Amino acid sequence: MKKFAISILGFWILAVLLGRILQLTPNAINLNAILSSPSLITTSAAYLLGADDLGRSILARLLRGVEVSFIVAMVVTVVTMTIGVFIGLIAGFYGGKVDRILMQITDIFLAFPGILLAIAFAAVLGPGLGNLIIALCLTGWVTYARLTRGQTLGLRNRQHVQAAESLGASVPRLILLHILPLLASVLVVEATYSLSSVMIAEASLSFLGLGIQSPNASWGAMLRDAVRYMLVAPHYVLIVGMSLMSLILAINLGGDYLRDKWDVRKVD
Amino acid sequence: MGLLKQLSSFCIVIFGVLLLTFLLIHLIPGDPVEVMLGESASVADRVQLRADLGLNQPLIQQFGTYLAKITHADFGKSIHSKTPIIELIKTRYPATLKLAFLSLLIGSSIGIPLGIYAALKAGHWQDFVVTIVSVRLSAMPAFWLGPMLMLIFAVWLGWLPVSGMDSNASILLPAMTLGFGLSAILTRMTRTSLLEVLNDDYIRTARAKGLTEPNVILRHALRAALLPIITIVGLQIGSLLAGTVITETIFSWDGIGRLLVESIEKRDYPVTQACVLIVALSYVLVNLFTDILYRLSDPRVKFG
Repeated sequence: MKKFAISILGFWILAVLLGRILQLTPNAINLNAILSSPSLITTSAAYLLGADDLGRSILARLLRGVEVSFIVAMVVTVVTMTIGVFIGLIAGFYGGKVDRILMQITDIFLAFPGILLAIAFAAVLGPGLGNLIIALCLTGWVTYARLTRGQTLGLRNRQHVQAAESLGASVPRLILLHILPLLASVLVVEATYSLSSVMIAEASLSFLGLGIQSPNASWGAMLRDAVRYMLVAPHYVLIVGMSLMSLILAINLGGDYLRDKWDVRKVD
Repeated sequence: MGLLKQLSSFCIVIFGVLLLTFLLIHLIPGDPVEVMLGESASVADRVQLRADLGLNQPLIQQFGTYLAKITHADFGKSIHSKTPIIELIKTRYPATLKLAFLSLLIGSSIGIPLGIYAALKAGHWQDFVVTIVSVRLSAMPAFWLGPMLMLIFAVWLGWLPVSGMDSNASILLPAMTLGFGLSAILTRMTRTSLLEVLNDDYIRTARAKGLTEPNVILRHALRAALLPIITIVGLQIGSLLAGTVITETIFSWDGIGRLLVESIEKRDYPVTQACVLIVALSYVLVNLFTDILYRLSDPRVKFG
């Protein structure tokens, strides 16, 4: 399973790099190729996986799309983790009123199920890559805040923290040197899972037309087009869907592996 | 946590949800009126809309009016169709509820028996297969599972309508899309909670006194394991409501999720606002209800 996950992940990372090196033309239109099926006997390698409804190469768009997917997932994960961990540490370390207020705020964000709030933010901010990232960041920090807060509450009363505190260590020192390192494994596992959930969220928003806009390629937007032409060109939806699923699966398997290796249990 | 404390926290959450949905319209970059009406709108129309939305008042006063209107189930008018938004919701919401209910039924009737089966076969290959399949299935987003089901059942086999709401069978594909994802979660939950119970002393007692295996499982083990399962089912109703946004869009099912997407496309933000609010409120209410039910039915969990 581990080798399987690594090879799929490696494949897609390679695909991103390859997409950078190769002179891709994801927006080039070939009217003769509209909705053509995958075939090995094409005039150019770009049409190995066929073409979309505008005659653009599915292969090239797939490679450009996975890059967008990775970029969004990385940026959103880093930003939400930073914000969420900061809030969670403060709430868990100080406890009491600060904790209650901060957790009440996270409860309000959790009152919007799934990506509903991200949809709402993306809708009012307007479409585009930047706004998509903002919408996902505005809603994604909550999981980290909850997770970090729960763990910090437990760690706060550990003897090594108490000892450091009675020796006169400052609050930032306590948090950064005595608590945060013990959270690292939990957070890395959570971040791995969040990479895949951000990818799904990005694809969902783009699928709804709220994310990356045409002619820029993204897997969600490709799926949207593919579903529309599913009756005439089922290969389109199959290729994009399978690509997305394989990437998500590989990342989740990676997360499972790290979780088992470090024996992380989700505490909340 | 006591019931009172929970209710007060619930009220704060509701207030926060109202505040956040109210602020949505103010997050629009630039002038919201211009964004909604477009650049070609006449000055009179703009002034009218600005007054209708109360955007010419101070923010706090706007929020006050917003709250007052909502308590009277007044969500304002749709900019696009000029109909009161509450009418739109009244026509769309039942369709979503119907879909969510059927998905729940499909999810439970697949997930719970499968989970029991997996728990009984724990460690065998059957358990392994069920777990693998359910893990994969639960990782499948609706926009991938939906088109796949559509391709198989509507296009290749031709058994069910592709999309729309024309026939009674139209509900099956969207309900399966939502239900399969749910069944995967339920399978794992049922398996885990049944396995926990199966190692308890009273199960050993039941077996020792010579009860038949089905009796032990159904009357003794399942009864104790059912509580967490019911809680999960309850908590999933809310997520189902949110999951309908994409599923309804795929299958052209005229529910509240599709209304939300349509309103975004038309920049009909008052409708967007109302849809988000309704779904969030439903979610919070269902969760509160499930939680109270859970506390009432388990003597070990006490209020206060």
